[in-house]
Amino acid sequence: MSAVPGWCFVAAMAALPLVLPDLYLLSVLTSAGIFIIGAISLNLLLGYTGQLSLGHAAFFGLGAYASALASLGFDIGIGFGLRLTLPPQPVWIGFLAAIAVAGGFGWLLGRLAFRVRGAYFVIITICFAQVLRMVALNWVELTQGPMALIGLSPFSLWLPGQGVVELYAKNQTYWLVLGVAVLCFLVVRQIVHSRVGRALVALRENETLARSVGIRVTHYLVIATVVSAGIAGAAGSLFAHNVRIVDPDVFLFIYTVTMVIMVITGGKGTLWGPVVGGLIFGLLPDLLRGAAPPEAQWIAYGVAMILLVMFLPRGIVPAIAALMPARRPGRGATASPVSQEAP
Amino acid sequence: MDQALQHLVNGTVLGGTYALLGIGLTLIFGVMRVVNFTHGELYAFGAYMVYALVSLLGINFYLSLLLAALLGAALGAAIELLLLRPLRRADIDSVMLVMIGAALVLQNAEMWGWGGVAKLVPSPFAGTPLVVGPISVMPLRIFVLLVACALLLGFWLLLDRTRAGTAMRATFQDAEAAALMGVRVGWVNTATFAIGSGLAAAAGALLGPVFMVSPTMGDLVGLKAFAIVILGGLGNLPGAAIGGFALGYIEEFGGGYVSTEYRDAFGFLLIILVLAIRPQGLVAPRERVG
Repeated sequence: MSAVPGWCFVAAMAALPLVLPDLYLLSVLTSAGIFIIGAISLNLLLGYTGQLSLGHAAFFGLGAYASALASLGFDIGIGFGLRLTLPPQPVWIGFLAAIAVAGGFGWLLGRLAFRVRGAYFVIITICFAQVLRMVALNWVELTQGPMALIGLSPFSLWLPGQGVVELYAKNQTYWLVLGVAVLCFLVVRQIVHSRVGRALVALRENETLARSVGIRVTHYLVIATVVSAGIAGAAGSLFAHNVRIVDPDVFLFIYTVTMVIMVITGGKGTLWGPVVGGLIFGLLPDLLRGAAPPEAQWIAYGVAMILLVMFLPRGIVPAIAALMPARRPGRGATASPVSQEAP
Repeated sequence: MDQALQHLVNGTVLGGTYALLGIGLTLIFGVMRVVNFTHGELYAFGAYMVYALVSLLGINFYLSLLLAALLGAALGAAIELLLLRPLRRADIDSVMLVMIGAALVLQNAEMWGWGGVAKLVPSPFAGTPLVVGPISVMPLRIFVLLVACALLLGFWLLLDRTRAGTAMRATFQDAEAAALMGVRVGWVNTATFAIGSGLAAAAGALLGPVFMVSPTMGDLVGLKAFAIVILGGLGNLPGAAIGGFALGYIEEFGGGYVSTEYRDAFGFLLIILVLAIRPQGLVAPRERVG
């Protein structure tokens, strides 16, 4: 897929609020967009490094809490009679804090978890999210526990000539999410097509071989995790200030599963996969709402996951790419960039 | 001191059921190389079956426990035949994703079918605790521990003394070599998954009357089962039994002396530490797990 259809798609999405100013549709698309950002970040790990990281909700939740706490401010005791106090900050600082905190934890998890592979890695990532959920539930002084952090301010943005503007309107939030999503997409594309990306794919295809030609496997895996976590943190921050409330449930396994389904449906290891999968599973629940209870929706997700892995393991985007006559070797739309790099 | 004794007793009771859960999970991993995400849901399934049989159908309590375990084994066999058999050649990640999908279906089917309200299972045991010196225990809990230990013993006899057990251990060690020796690996896999699921359902059936039965009960327990199995080393059967009791004590003593709120978090923190420092588990010999 060359860049032209991609930018046409972005332009069409950007024009949508002007053509179809339906508030409900916009809010559905906004939350779908937030999860697409999460899926894009997960795809970097799941698709390009081949590591099945099932603790992605941890980074999403960390971003949500970091951003919410920075913008609300906090005052907590840290032992020895000392207190740690932060006055309320503007939302954009919270957004940056979300990326930094999530990225930092990404580094930590990367250093810890990449000592092991396969089933062990998967379990460590799940436990990581679970521990954070327990902390969020129980550290009431900081997080309010199950009472949740409420009354978050909406996004604000510095605009030239107008100073800091709060984004109250639905279409403004929509554009902000779209902008961040495009940015994240470009960051991931840049990484995938860089030296780092080639190293990641090399070790996904054959770790022993990659190691033997001198690729520092853990080093690159940690880089990928930090970037992935940072982007997921950004998504978490957007989520927090969009719904204006954060509770410990943001760490739930189900959020990770949602992102995983989006990535594998669209096609892991393809740039557009998370976008396609994210649009499908971001919009489907709202189209089905009223027709079926939420349990039925989750059952449908589970069945979809089983059927996809069994019958369309590479996802929708590679399947479509395979159907289309090969005009040009597709950039980003091929399942395995290795096939492009190798002669 | 009295308090410590009390924690020891409570930890042992909890540990017995944890050992059942861990053994089932580690057996499935050892024989089939499958990370079974449905394990917690089978546990919840067992608890709901006891509830349905005792409260709704009025069947005898002890018979209900047996039936619940058997129904769990049947459900496990169905999952194996339907989902895992076609995926025998697939990589471990694909199988994990399919099992997560299956867990999602099971859990939400429970939520849909039974509603979100927690259910109480009546038991024939007295509601007053048995007091021995400084320690008090509910008779039901003693029964649970005894049955759990009996099941562990029975499982060990099955594995150690029967032909089927030998076939299972052979597959555990080397599936290909076992197949060459005439072991029908396909059926060993089905039996393994059924037994592992049956043990999980039995654990749920036993603990259902102790705690309440709710659709999300399998969530946390499924993850704890992983903690148990990691403690003992993935695929290590005695390790899983030890890990089960260890987690029971850790939760009980940690909850009693360190922090009640973080009781459930100890297990997960421990997994992260164990995997980061000694990924092959605490009781297993050194081997490569990367």
